[in-house]
Amino acid sequence: MIIDLKNISVSFDGQPILKNLNLYIRDGEFITLLGPSGCGKTTTLRIIAGFLEPDSGEVVFEGKVINGMPAYKRQVNTIFQRYALFPHLNVYENIAFGLKQQKLPKEVIRKTVEEMLALVNLKGFEKRSVASLSGGQQQRVAIARALAVKPRVLLLDEPLGALDLKLRKDMQVELKAIQKRLGITFIYVTHDQEEALSMSDTIVVMDNGEIQQIGTPTDIYNEPKNAFVADFIGESNILDGIMHEDFSVEFHGMRFQCVDKGFGSEEPVDVVIRPEDVDIVPPDAGMLRGTVTSVTFKGVHYEIIVDIRGFKWMIQTTAYAAVGDEIGLSIKPEEIQVMKKSAYSGLYGDYSSFSEEFDELSDPQAQTEENAAEESL
Amino acid sequence: MTGRKKVLPNLYIALIMLFLYAPMLVMIVLSFNSSVSTSVMSGFSLKWYAEVFRDRTTLHALYNTLVLAVFSSLIATVIGTVAAVGLYGMKKKWLRSMVLTVTNIPMMNPEIVMGISLMLLFVFVGNLVGKTDVLGFPTMLIAHITFNLPYVILSVLPKLRKIDPHLAEAAQDLGCTPVSAFFKVVLPNISSGIITGLMMAFTLSLDDFVISYFVSGPQFQTLPIVIFSMTKKHVKPDMYALSTLIFVSVLLLLVIMNISQDRAEKKRRA
Amino acid sequence: MKKTSLRAKILNAPYIVWAILFILAPMFMVVFYALTDRSGSFTLQNITALAVYKETFGRSIGYAAVATAVCLLIAYPLAYIMARSNASKQRTLMLLIMLPMWMNFLIRTYSWISILANTGIINSLLRALGLGPVQLINTPGAVILGMVYNYLPYMILPIYSIMCKLDYSLVEAAQDLGCSSRSVLRRVIFPLSLPGVVSGITMVFVPSVSTFYISQKLGGGKFLLVGDSIEMQFQTSYNYNLGASLSLALMVMILVCMVVMNRFADEDEGAIIL
Repeated sequence: MIIDLKNISVSFDGQPILKNLNLYIRDGEFITLLGPSGCGKTTTLRIIAGFLEPDSGEVVFEGKVINGMPAYKRQVNTIFQRYALFPHLNVYENIAFGLKQQKLPKEVIRKTVEEMLALVNLKGFEKRSVASLSGGQQQRVAIARALAVKPRVLLLDEPLGALDLKLRKDMQVELKAIQKRLGITFIYVTHDQEEALSMSDTIVVMDNGEIQQIGTPTDIYNEPKNAFVADFIGESNILDGIMHEDFSVEFHGMRFQCVDKGFGSEEPVDVVIRPEDVDIVPPDAGMLRGTVTSVTFKGVHYEIIVDIRGFKWMIQTTAYAAVGDEIGLSIKPEEIQVMKKSAYSGLYGDYSSFSEEFDELSDPQAQTEENAAEESL
Repeated sequence: MTGRKKVLPNLYIALIMLFLYAPMLVMIVLSFNSSVSTSVMSGFSLKWYAEVFRDRTTLHALYNTLVLAVFSSLIATVIGTVAAVGLYGMKKKWLRSMVLTVTNIPMMNPEIVMGISLMLLFVFVGNLVGKTDVLGFPTMLIAHITFNLPYVILSVLPKLRKIDPHLAEAAQDLGCTPVSAFFKVVLPNISSGIITGLMMAFTLSLDDFVISYFVSGPQFQTLPIVIFSMTKKHVKPDMYALSTLIFVSVLLLLVIMNISQDRAEKKRRA
Repeated sequence: MKKTSLRAKILNAPYIVWAILFILAPMFMVVFYALTDRSGSFTLQNITALAVYKETFGRSIGYAAVATAVCLLIAYPLAYIMARSNASKQRTLMLLIMLPMWMNFLIRTYSWISILANTGIINSLLRALGLGPVQLINTPGAVILGMVYNYLPYMILPIYSIMCKLDYSLVEAAQDLGCSSRSVLRRVIFPLSLPGVVSGITMVFVPSVSTFYISQKLGGGKFLLVGDSIEMQFQTSYNYNLGASLSLALMVMILVCMVVMNRFADEDEGAIIL
């Protein structure tokens, strides 16, 4: 264990940002703080970096409490959202900045900078001014600059947010490779669930200043703990259900076999079924039947919205159905995930108002909110 | 644009330039006048230039003006830069906007009102301590710093707003203390604003007449004040000679600045 | 979080103290002197004495308004032409417009006497052409000319800088939507340049209405303005209380003008677009 956050609380202007957060981070792991804007992930990162003091709680680094230790004394380094490269220095001087601060001999600095440039594939860029670099190159310089001082922990605050999709995918692979090679701890903050799933050893899903779930990407995806996690990671149909007994759950007025147990008798629950886990069968052969209300071709599969007794399901399937068709649905017991009721129950999981444009429209707004939230800190 | 279309705009520009430069031209030509007239040219002579250099009052006033401009602009730049950094980091919005409003007062208020208001303050305080001759170098310095400050603040503040807010944090992250982060990272990136502010303050201070007129005393006279008392009487061409000299030095300074700016720009692009 | 605001406070302290001592306190002094007599006791005498200066105030506002209008008429086309020129021409013109501002204001004004005087350059030329001398100096026109000459750059610069920032594709969009070049000017360029015009008007009007040298020299002392009256109270009559009262009135008057103009500009934006 390298970092341990104990009972951390922060509020700003009376608004709680983090509520009694507990989190430990193992040495050498790639851990991602994932959540929507304003969930407290960036705040958590800034507390670890030393830019922000928690109102209460302890920050423990390798067994020592480091509350109150200024940022410049901590063995953690940060990759900032918009890189924060020093515009008055060239690439070499940027990377050498932290090393010069440590008063290392010139020769050592030169060698380290060279190594770092090789590490991020920017050999020969020493003399370039940072303003002349592309976004991806600036990103690499930022990585090299932070890694040059040999941090124990690297903090990355939405580092790929400013890059376009293609470059982002490449950088994801590259970052993961760098982390593996150096074996240092990466704490990564993002609101992009795909990024989190593909890079992390551990994902910490946050919302509203609280941790919703901690687990490996597979755990988080396959066994979400509540409706928020189920909805935030991937697509989900979330239904009201009742757990009659172990391995038997009822929803849509029908009993289904499942693999979950340990709930109280007749306990109300949330049931999650991923769109890709539903098979389309002839109406009579299905466990449920409904009417197709929309079909979208997605390349690999069709995205079909089915109305079942007023509840709209999303199904991803390679089988085709036309709008207006009456179809049957079949679900295997192991594809049914039962969760305890939570504050998020009933908020997510129905695709009645589903529209892809909605998602896209709300995105830039989320971005500005994120920025505003940050500025206010 | 075709050639014909350009004639009218160019003619217009030429007329305005004639308007702006006619008095300058008249002044320069008449500074070489061999007679004492400031309207009729009677022959070429350099005697008025010799006169300028012979005149102790003028030379002393020039020296005073320069000393005042150097000190007031430097002090204003230091206080103003620090204030801009403080204002930028200020959390309370209402306080910041209040301070900025007060900052605007010396720029928006008529110069004459600024001048007499400061004079009244100095005289009032002088009366309190029983001194009648308070007006002099210190009061001039205070007045000049006061009207220079807003220009410094308003040229530094936008530069601060333009830099990445995480820059100082990045430097701290890499091992700088907050103070050294400011000097190593923030200062170099707002230096252009600071220099602009300094230059503006310096030239404003050199050129100021109205405010200086009210807060100066007999022991400390700057060039504009001496010129004013000279123009109260009938003016001889030596005034024009002096002004021509000032004009030429300003012109040279501007040309040099422009050239060095051009070079710096080319260097940055290369 | 507390740490940074504390740091900001420490950084701000010297300036805030300075501003209170040398910006706000002097303003208070003006009010104080205006409302007291020589012995320092309260009186409204200085305020009532302002009635005598009714004409002076009227003249100041009138001259300044005319000068501002003339500046606007001259500067607007120039700023437009400048903004549409190539970069090097823009820079040269900027320099040429700024250069006279670096010249001492008194001398700049004074040399107009050489041009306008009865024995001055214009009249010499006229005489050479056989035309009689024309009274140019010591007229209201000369005073207004002095104002226009001195403050014209303050009108050009703000309008020019806003026109430079104007996105040219807006003009193209307007043309695309069927505007002739005249209606582009009226419906797109002018409304967008309005903030520059407003700040130009402020920057010319304020010094014009409060000037005290121009009218003494170019008006021959016959058309005294508020600034001259104030100067006289401080430098010849030594009646600081009346001078302060005049200054206070000048400040209030300018404030009222600014408020009215800003209101006018805000409300009229819609009207002008129509």
